[in-house]
Amino acid sequence: MTLALEVKNVIKSFQSDSGEIRAVDDVSFAVEAGEFVALVGPSGSGKTTMLSILAALLSPTSGQILIDGVDLANMSEAERVALRREKIGFTFQSNNLIPYLTALENVQLMLRLNQRFDRAGAVRSAELLSRLGLGERLNNLPAQMSGGQQQRVAIARALIHNPTVVLADEPTASLDTERAFQVVQTFAALIHENNRAGIMVTHDLRMCQYVDRVLQMRDGKLVKIFTSREEILQLAKGE
Amino acid sequence: MNNLSLATYLSWQEVWRNRGRFFLVSLVIALITLLVLFIAALGEGLGNANSQYISRINADLLVYLEKSDFIIPSSRVERSTVRSIRRLDGVQDAGGISTSSVAILLPDDEVLKVSLIGVEPGKPGDPAVTEGRNLAGEQSKEAVIDLNVIQRSDVRVGDLITIRATQGTKDEFFTLRVVGSTEGQLYSFQPSIFVPYGTWDRVRAKSDAELDSPSSTVNVVAISLSDVSAAQTVSDALTARIDNVEVADLQTAVENVPGYSAQQSTVQTQAVFTLLIGVLVIGGFFQIQILQKVPQIGVLKAIGADNFTVGMAAVIQIIITTTLGVAIGSSLAFIFSLTFPPTVPIVFNGLNSAIAIAALLLIGPAGGLVSIFYAVRIEPLKALRLS
Ligand SMILES: Nc1ncnc2c1ncn2[C@@H]1O[C@H](COP(=O)(O)OP(=O)(O)OP(=O)(O)O)[C@@H](O)[C@H]1O
Ligand SMILES: [Mg+2]
Repeated sequence: MTLALEVKNVIKSFQSDSGEIRAVDDVSFAVEAGEFVALVGPSGSGKTTMLSILAALLSPTSGQILIDGVDLANMSEAERVALRREKIGFTFQSNNLIPYLTALENVQLMLRLNQRFDRAGAVRSAELLSRLGLGERLNNLPAQMSGGQQQRVAIARALIHNPTVVLADEPTASLDTERAFQVVQTFAALIHENNRAGIMVTHDLRMCQYVDRVLQMRDGKLVKIFTSREEILQLAKGE
Repeated sequence: MNNLSLATYLSWQEVWRNRGRFFLVSLVIALITLLVLFIAALGEGLGNANSQYISRINADLLVYLEKSDFIIPSSRVERSTVRSIRRLDGVQDAGGISTSSVAILLPDDEVLKVSLIGVEPGKPGDPAVTEGRNLAGEQSKEAVIDLNVIQRSDVRVGDLITIRATQGTKDEFFTLRVVGSTEGQLYSFQPSIFVPYGTWDRVRAKSDAELDSPSSTVNVVAISLSDVSAAQTVSDALTARIDNVEVADLQTAVENVPGYSAQQSTVQTQAVFTLLIGVLVIGGFFQIQILQKVPQIGVLKAIGADNFTVGMAAVIQIIITTTLGVAIGSSLAFIFSLTFPPTVPIVFNGLNSAIAIAALLLIGPAGGLVSIFYAVRIEPLKALRLS
């Protein structure tokens, strides 16, 4: 298997009034194509910061990030923008969608950004949304959809352009448990089918039952990695 | 180029899906447009009413009494001076112009106040006629009237009109035959009637002191030049060779028609302030809108839209809104203008309206400038941190 993403000794510190905060403290890990990983940890442990660095939205203080073997550190701002639209798929906790575009248009936007929007892309976008159970909602605006439906549109948008890495920040935070399970399950299936590298930040350990690996952070450090199926299921059951 | 089409796509989708809101802003711009165009047209109309005759005169220079500050009614130039001017090199022809104010008696005891302008037939200052014939003879009892007189009364070419002028302490009445009409000859906020100089001196309003002796002066002298590019040379020669005169080009002459400049600057100030209000209204709207849009712009940037696309989308949106507003406003102004009678001093002249419309099209981008910069500077990280 090829490594889609490599993180080597990444440190991110912020200056604040009370001194220096190490939001991410010497974290290293790698994710393969076709692997779905959960990033868990208490509030303030550095999960969102880590995700922002992986998405090239934030530069690390030190350390290396490689996506498809390419180091983010040496990139110009324009190259980072290009990387974000070509190699990364992103879902945010809320405010995910562009409010004046329909579900279908939000997904197609990713193709337009990459100048890859054509008839086939339009068909694929609709198919992907149907796959996520939104076949009846293609022409709805975000305001006409529930939180869970919006999350699923965001997931479709994060996948449609075949990115190397798919990053999801708390995709289930605004959903009830039943919906949350559904969304994560479909998400996991799509990651696996399309051979993407997926990283999902979550507060909700129960969601971990659908992932291949769990990275646990505390105080900016990567304190534990759960790899075996039993360990992960135990964690998911809260034992 | 592709970024431009993406920006166009995004801005158009946003405007279309929020068409109610954007249309309201366009309507505000339309109202501002209407107001600005009317102010501009009023300025043009008032300016015309005061100085149209001078601005359209068939001459290149006007000669005034020295130190008259180019004020036509207070200038006096001897008739003999007109003849001297005519003999100067570079002067093609010259004609004296005298102004006064009289009333035309209309049926039903109505009167129409008009500017009575004495000219030398065939000389500069004598307007071209559009119907009938030009004036002839120094003393003939005939008049050429402005189209505006025809629009405001039943007087037609060929009619006899009765003029009432105050001479000394008495009202005197004179009868003149209308031999021709001319157009666009408002002066001193009145339509004009033109008469030969001799006739003018008989029928004009006079003070007691002027009653007995015929006038030997005109107010100003209109000069046409053999070579227009030599205006400065002729003007210099004139002031050097002829005593007690000063020379103005037509623009200076118009600007110094009493009241003209004061009125124009008042009107222009109003137009500028209205435009400023427009800039503030548009600026406020787009700024508030951008503040509301920080998360979605953050998302756009986080998923890989570059600054050009985001900034351009904002620009195109502003252009769409402004253009629509200006188009609606101009159409309304045009439709309203058709309903005005000729007595209302509102004139939509191509140039003034064009300047106003250009200024109006600029107020959108000017007002939205801050919001555009703001949009470009929104950090993509906002998409995560606000979530
Ligand atoms: N821009 C910043 N400036 C200063 N400190 C920051 C900044 N961003 C994050 N931090 C700090 O870094 C630490 C990690 O924050 P981060 O948002 O990554 O945590 P998190 O694991 O996502 O928490 P949560 O589960 O609550 O979302 C926190 O202590 C936070 O206060
Ligand atoms: Mg977080």
